[in-house]
Amino acid sequence: MTTNSPSEKRLEELREQAWKDGVVPGKGVDVAGGPIPRKPGYYGQAVVKPPVWTWQVPLYFFFGGIAGMSAVIALAAVLFHHPDLARATMWVSTVAGAVLSPILLVMDLGRPHLFLNMLRVFKHRSAMSMGAWILSAFGACVVPGLIALELRVQQFFPGALDQLVGVVAGIFIFGSAIFGTLLATYTGVLIGATAIPAWFLHRTLLPIHFGTAGLGSAAGLLELLGHRIPALNFVGFYVAGVETALLIWLSVNKHGAADRAIHEHGTGWLIRVGEVLTGPLALVLRFFSFIPFAAISFLLGALISRVGWIAVGKVSGSDPESVFAAERY
Amino acid sequence: MIGQGIQSTNQRKHSYVQDRVEVGFFTDPSVCIGCKACEVACKEWNHVPDDGFIWSGNSYDNTGHLGASTWRHVMFLEQDRQKGNQVTGPMGLDAQSEDPFRWVFLSDVCKHCEEAGCLEACPTGSIVRTEVGSVLVQNDVCNGCGYCVVSCPFGVIDRRPEPLHDAGGAFKCTFCYDRQKSGLVPACAKVCPTESIVFGRLDDLRSRANERVQHLKQSGYSDAQLYDPTETSVRGIHAFFLILGEPEAYGLPLKPQIPTIYLKSAWTSAFATALASIVATLAAFAFFS
Repeated sequence: MTTNSPSEKRLEELREQAWKDGVVPGKGVDVAGGPIPRKPGYYGQAVVKPPVWTWQVPLYFFFGGIAGMSAVIALAAVLFHHPDLARATMWVSTVAGAVLSPILLVMDLGRPHLFLNMLRVFKHRSAMSMGAWILSAFGACVVPGLIALELRVQQFFPGALDQLVGVVAGIFIFGSAIFGTLLATYTGVLIGATAIPAWFLHRTLLPIHFGTAGLGSAAGLLELLGHRIPALNFVGFYVAGVETALLIWLSVNKHGAADRAIHEHGTGWLIRVGEVLTGPLALVLRFFSFIPFAAISFLLGALISRVGWIAVGKVSGSDPESVFAAERY
Repeated sequence: MIGQGIQSTNQRKHSYVQDRVEVGFFTDPSVCIGCKACEVACKEWNHVPDDGFIWSGNSYDNTGHLGASTWRHVMFLEQDRQKGNQVTGPMGLDAQSEDPFRWVFLSDVCKHCEEAGCLEACPTGSIVRTEVGSVLVQNDVCNGCGYCVVSCPFGVIDRRPEPLHDAGGAFKCTFCYDRQKSGLVPACAKVCPTESIVFGRLDDLRSRANERVQHLKQSGYSDAQLYDPTETSVRGIHAFFLILGEPEAYGLPLKPQIPTIYLKSAWTSAFATALASIVATLAAFAFFS
């Protein structure tokens, strides 16, 4: 406010009058826009609470997606006799899913030493509880799966025992693939079934995006590790195609103020950049056979969009107008 | 009840926990004087830490909002409307103006939903429902995953940040379950000097609240209404409010929903994606091997 505005002048008059007379009989100052603060809701304050999650959670989504879908590729590699690829995928799955993911999840807890309390109860109506169990089951499959596979490949045991180890490896890799697909997709349910408007309005899109991004990241990572085979290239085309469709869906299926965090400001750019890198750009690069670049583009996009979706939740949850607008859907 | 003195349900000893009677809070802003005694009593009894002080500039409300260390929050609404038949004087520079103006105070609290989002979301079983129908966080079990925070449609529960004591866990109003077990009234209701906060049996409170709304409407409070969302998926709340004007002005959602209603469509999408990913990968290896 400038000093020559009428209200400031009036204030000066009142101060002088008060100094001289000791009492001011006149009225006060009508502040521009006052006295009622015109902000949405209660002084513009958040109606729901934004997520308290920090950088570990988007990273966990990223590595959990890679781990889970890598196990699916492992299953296909075993079934179609690609022993080298099977070993690489199981190593990726184990490192990302049984080492990095639990560490990141425990780090994000407010009280990390109580992480085992996650397995106190089994609640199918809590996506967080289901996620804890899915990750545990995945870890319980992928670690013995990898050990059995390595023993089989090294032919550690002789004759019939080796056959048995092969069967055991097959069973555990099958289990890893099943729990792996859930590990890569449940994270979409986790944030989709919340009170955050921009999240729950896209609860159908989120699991598709997270699962597909996980599959594409796994395939891309394996290609970068040197497994340049036509089957992974096809998977790369499939995921980039799905992500392109999701990009179109997201830009058509707008909900105005309710999900504006996805389309506006910095968070909107994170989502857009992530979608373009995983979708159209990866597709075009792959079409012109720039496979490593397509893989890098997809991995980068998958990471950026995970960061973006958590950031969107923080913005959307802090925005009272979004909550009120979302009640119309 | 007002005028009942020490016979009021706010002052009597009770055995609701032993008798498994559903209890509630009825909070009535038409008699609230904004003294914040409820906030203080809550902090004192429950050892809720001081979480810092800032001048908000939002009327006399420097508490902000409910959270991990704020379990009662007195709202101060300044509205350019008539309060009942109250006559207001001129406020503007222009001597002729007789702006309608009202100052409304409402003590906000955890709603203790019939279908509680935080309780459903909690993966540790830390959040439970008590004998009296309230929702309780067991502090020693909570590992601070933060999922209840985004699952509350009212933005009540939050994770307590460092360096406050018991940091890392999720906290909210306990409905003074410890006091109730001993037959005592929750601290906020006990100290409320005007009985704006009434504690009692839920059925008694509901009928009392309906009477109060009728009475206020006859007294010129034309926009008095109850905030008790029984029609939505939270299926009613144990701490309900009388409000003047729209719920939005109090930061209350018009149609609060428990997030579990979104699970079906989200899981369907997840399972479809899981299946599609397996099929696409197997097809890739079948045709391009």
